[in-house]
Amino acid sequence: MLKYIFKRVIEIIPILFIITIIIFLFVHLIPGDPARLVAGQDATAQDIANVRKALGLDKPLPIQYVNYLHHIIQGDFGISLKTKEPVSTMIGQRFMPTFWLSVVSMIWSVIVGLLIGVISATKRNKWQDYVGMIVAVSGISLPSFWLGLMLIELCAVDLGWFPTGGLNSWKSYILPSITLGSGIAAVIARFTRSSLMDVLKEDYVRTGRAKGLKERIVIWDHALKNALIPVVTMTGLQFGFLLGGSVVVETVFSWPGLGRLMIDSINFRDYPVIQSEMLLFSLEFLVINLLVDIIYGFLNPQIRYN
Amino acid sequence: MAELQRVSEPQIQPPVNIKQEKVETPFSTFWKKFRKQRLAFISAILVVFLILIAIFGPYIAPYSPTEFDYNALLQGPSAKHWAGTDAYGRDIFSRIIVGTRISLFVGIVSVFFGAVGGTILGLISGFYGKWIDSLIMRICDILFAFPGIILAIGIIAILGPGLGNVIIAVAIFSIPIFARIVRSTTLQVKAALYVEATRSIGAKNRRLIWKHIFPGTLSSIIVYFTMRIGNAILTAASLSFLGLGAQPPTPEWGAMLSSGRDYLGTAPYVAIFPGLAIFFTVLIFNLLGDGLRDTLDPKIKD
Repeated sequence: MLKYIFKRVIEIIPILFIITIIIFLFVHLIPGDPARLVAGQDATAQDIANVRKALGLDKPLPIQYVNYLHHIIQGDFGISLKTKEPVSTMIGQRFMPTFWLSVVSMIWSVIVGLLIGVISATKRNKWQDYVGMIVAVSGISLPSFWLGLMLIELCAVDLGWFPTGGLNSWKSYILPSITLGSGIAAVIARFTRSSLMDVLKEDYVRTGRAKGLKERIVIWDHALKNALIPVVTMTGLQFGFLLGGSVVVETVFSWPGLGRLMIDSINFRDYPVIQSEMLLFSLEFLVINLLVDIIYGFLNPQIRYN
Repeated sequence: MAELQRVSEPQIQPPVNIKQEKVETPFSTFWKKFRKQRLAFISAILVVFLILIAIFGPYIAPYSPTEFDYNALLQGPSAKHWAGTDAYGRDIFSRIIVGTRISLFVGIVSVFFGAVGGTILGLISGFYGKWIDSLIMRICDILFAFPGIILAIGIIAILGPGLGNVIIAVAIFSIPIFARIVRSTTLQVKAALYVEATRSIGAKNRRLIWKHIFPGTLSSIIVYFTMRIGNAILTAASLSFLGLGAQPPTPEWGAMLSSGRDYLGTAPYVAIFPGLAIFFTVLIFNLLGDGLRDTLDPKIKD
């Protein structure tokens, strides 16, 4: 097992490097001169030359890349073009709201998704299955920004139960996390159902039933354990969509998080911020994927030894 | 030669009683099963209906989708304007009809390119294994490392906002999804007895991949293709909602919804109807995808 974990960690290192290269090149891929962007609209040629020298943009690309790596390892992500604050401070302030929103959304959606999936699979073609799957297919088809707006209209504007946006108390989490998690809950429900239905056709499940085990034990102890393996992978992937979804949901709810910062930065063409956020999102996702792979290895010994 | 053929013809003609029996082709088997999936069957009809709207939308819309009417600003739904009018007096129902073409086009085209790229990568990766598998999967990891819409947002930050760039962005992030799905199906199919049998009679790799393994993965490709269209439409609408895709006055559903945000308390229908259009379209593509999966997936076959 240790060997397997070690192997997965080693495999990530080159990816990390490539990602930093891509993100480093990001600024150079944008049409226009980065030094002019930093210097501002009405900078003189001398200003631009000074900025170019100060940022090291006059050096060859490989050296610039090494400098970039050197800076980000020290936690220096540059200065925002818009606010002139260090990007690390801006991201630091907005990390926790996004993190907690993601965690709350993920927890409720995994629980609800698993429950709906198991009920649907065990009550196949009964009304519970139909209701569960109608809810689930609607969940993946709902545009999250629309769901968010409708929740604001209904629960915040009309009924006044929750705030329309921002982050002030625990109540602020309810509507955004419902919006952010609904799609994931739906995906997990559908995946659990199909995975469990596959497993329920296996011989060992029939053996379990034949030797008189209670249905509850057959499903929760025997079948679900194997059925969960693909579900774990799917859930890991969903984390990525959660990070992406936060951009949309935070915009709808004026959430003081990373997602909204991203959109604000794009509208302002604040490239140091966009660049750093892309790096952060990808790092986060890589770590989650690594964890998923390790859990996968625990659950399925076949994977480990291949 | 010709005479010989004429002579032998009656001999090779099959007996009459076999001729009358219906021939079972893979398609007829599929069709028989698919028709039993009532929900998916209805969805398929609705998809055709949507495609017709997409083609003829501009000709059947009761009003112009872009013309301002200052005598009819922010009117609620009525007999004259079924879905009300927006802040410029434009008929929302007409705009939704005309916008169908944009959403369907973006969804189908982007997923198609993603599917082609992903399938080729997935087949190679699953079949050959070893270093090439590692390489392709690491490329996928890199594409995956910018999760979902983040990759799209990054690409748009470079290319600039616009629908064409949305298509490119969605296609690129569909590639690793198809690659992984096709790879895992390839691994399963590769281990099947019939592939081993084909290999043992000396079939070449290329033949194995395209004649024996690819057909085995085709059903999951079709299923995912249909399902991803819904997702792609959603993503494109999200990007337009964020102001990164279609720009006003284009009657794109996400962009329309975005402008409806400002009138949430006073005129919610400006946001409600475009949202319903997105939901409905994505839903029928998803239901169709589900039906195709239940029909095509051999595991669920009875």
